[in-house]
Amino acid sequence: MSRHLLSAGDLDRAAAVEILDTAERLDRALAGREVKKLPPLRGRTVVNLFYEDSTRTRTSFELAAKRLSADVVNFSAKGSSVSKGESLKDTALTLQAMGADAVVVRHSYSGAAHRLTRWVHGSVINAGDGTHEHPTQALLDAFTMRRRLRGGEGDLVGLRVAIVGDVLHSRVARSNVLLLSTLGATVTLVAPPTLLPVGVEAWPAATSFDLDGVLAGSDVVMMLRVQRERMSASYFPSAREYARRYGLDARRMAMLDGDAIVMHPGPMNRGMEIAAEVADDPKRSTIVEQVTNGVSVRMAVLYLLLGGMDA
Amino acid sequence: MSVLLREVRPYGEDPTDVLLDGALIAAIGSGLDGDEVLDGGGCVLLPGLVDLHTHLREPGREDAETVASGSAAAALGGYTAVFAMPNTDPAADTAGVVEQIWRLGRECGLVDVVPIGAVTVGRAGAHLAELGAMADSAARVRVFSDDGSCVADPALMRRALEYVRAFDGVIAQHAEEPRLTEGAQLNEGVVSARLGLAGWPAAAEEAIIARDALLAGHVGSRLHVCHVSTAGSVEIIRWAKSKGWQVTAEVTPHHLALTDDLAESYDPVFKVNPPLRTAADVEALRDALADGTIDCVATDHAPHAAEDKESEWGAALPGMLGLQTALSVVVETMVLPGRLDWRGVASRLSETPARIGSLAAQGRPIAVGEPANLVLVDPAARWTVEPAVLASKSRNTPFAGRTLPGRVRATFLRGRATTRDGAVLTGASA
Repeated sequence: MSRHLLSAGDLDRAAAVEILDTAERLDRALAGREVKKLPPLRGRTVVNLFYEDSTRTRTSFELAAKRLSADVVNFSAKGSSVSKGESLKDTALTLQAMGADAVVVRHSYSGAAHRLTRWVHGSVINAGDGTHEHPTQALLDAFTMRRRLRGGEGDLVGLRVAIVGDVLHSRVARSNVLLLSTLGATVTLVAPPTLLPVGVEAWPAATSFDLDGVLAGSDVVMMLRVQRERMSASYFPSAREYARRYGLDARRMAMLDGDAIVMHPGPMNRGMEIAAEVADDPKRSTIVEQVTNGVSVRMAVLYLLLGGMDA
Repeated sequence: MSVLLREVRPYGEDPTDVLLDGALIAAIGSGLDGDEVLDGGGCVLLPGLVDLHTHLREPGREDAETVASGSAAAALGGYTAVFAMPNTDPAADTAGVVEQIWRLGRECGLVDVVPIGAVTVGRAGAHLAELGAMADSAARVRVFSDDGSCVADPALMRRALEYVRAFDGVIAQHAEEPRLTEGAQLNEGVVSARLGLAGWPAAAEEAIIARDALLAGHVGSRLHVCHVSTAGSVEIIRWAKSKGWQVTAEVTPHHLALTDDLAESYDPVFKVNPPLRTAADVEALRDALADGTIDCVATDHAPHAAEDKESEWGAALPGMLGLQTALSVVVETMVLPGRLDWRGVASRLSETPARIGSLAAQGRPIAVGEPANLVLVDPAARWTVEPAVLASKSRNTPFAGRTLPGRVRATFLRGRATTRDGAVLTGASA
């Protein structure tokens, strides 16, 4: 694995499977332990550099690093020099001077993680950059699919995945399209035409405007968060119309194949892109599982990037 | 004091000697002699280059560029005249500000600095600035633009086009429909989709060009289109010209040379407005410059301080340096591939922009009795662009590290050498 994880496109199939396998191994190593801690990153420093509020992603990375015995520093935009207008470069040089071995960065600008690699010597992990990518989310999604539908091993060849919603603004969608196609899955993006980017035809994915037509042939339905603000920019006329045409409700869930699962990266807009009874469905919904798996996958990424000892 | 340029090739044609005396070309032929002799060694002699689109940043951002540093960059790039865009602070929207810029240019004396006046007060797009006062000022403004912003209001654009006819002015439009480019970062297409950067659609440029061409045709005014960047814009301009309307257009060196995939590094040195486009657009722009649909090359030289470029892509200011690399980029993209000869270079980089900007003493023929505004170019020499040694106060060249063909040996403004072999000559005559 290379030094940074900036894009899901950085990973070939072998590297992606290695991360998923490592996550399974670390998961098993921790299972049943009273003290949920392994030693490989002892003495290493991981900085969580978060320019956007994201309690769930930051907490997930923090837990992952701590379970590997790393020292974790949370550097958030609020209450730091960042809010006083310090540039990304100066913040990076500061973290570098403090000796960060890895920087986990969340930023509202696309490409911020790429820029950071110019100014820090340690590993940079992209925890979401603007509307670009969120590679560890894609890894935890792939991990969840593999566990549920492929017995927790190998790749995802032949798996049919529908990704539904605001693809245009979604870093989750971009990373998933890249990673899932690398792992051999077939991806269909489902959205109103306004929420698919111009240029999507070059992605390794099919597109559809018709959710009902896609559901029956899908093993996985991944619902994306749709911000209500998109209405005011005329991406769609109303929340009600969006929910009617692209929301996953009980009627649509009934169209799914036997083992098909429903995923959502969170946070959810219940009643908008996903109905409560779907989100809480004990058989199909993997939403809570995804959160658990996120910690395992992030442990694997930190472990492999920082080259820890054998777990 | 006379200067003899020995063995030079005007327009790349047969070698001859050219004698400069005072501010004029005194003689052309063989066996001439002068007080000082410069051995041309077969270099190409062209009329001094004229840039219709330069940002000198003074007043307001003297940390990024000044009239003096920009003039030095221009002279080193082979220019004898530059038009200074009005997006300064304060904006160049009054006779007072344009005269200040014009005077700073005169004091520096390396190139003729010709201010462009803002079309609207504060470039805010709401009320016409006092265009007549700027035209009547010592700066004799003839080109007006809100560059950086589009004159988006169609009624206001119509009035501006009409109004400047009284003094043979021209409106240079930055064609960008603002509602279609809110938050836009990069050409909208395959690359922007992959990089997650908000798209700047070609249609936002083309829609304004089409609208303004129709308006210019309707009221019989002169329209100049800044930094044309798309194949669709070329088609619209070709159509407008076929109607006989007075529409001219410029292309930048970077849009002739670079494509949007350079943004994959997320390095904002490649962020510019309008954005870098696709290879198909580049091809159409080169064709259009060759066949005259696009009239001229203009640099859109846009210096920015390091802190405005060493940042996230989305936070960086758009713009690229251009004055010292423009001629070399044209040689690489147009001359070496055989799409433009040196007569064509003289036309597109000197004669035509001087005519569009109503500069009577620039872009003149290389002939006895004409003003000695000239540039001597070694077409065979190659050089590597090093940002740190450029004369600009800023370093944001997208050509850093590239080796380019064509080197300026000397530039002459009214018979006086302003640069020789990469060095700026101040004060003393050649």
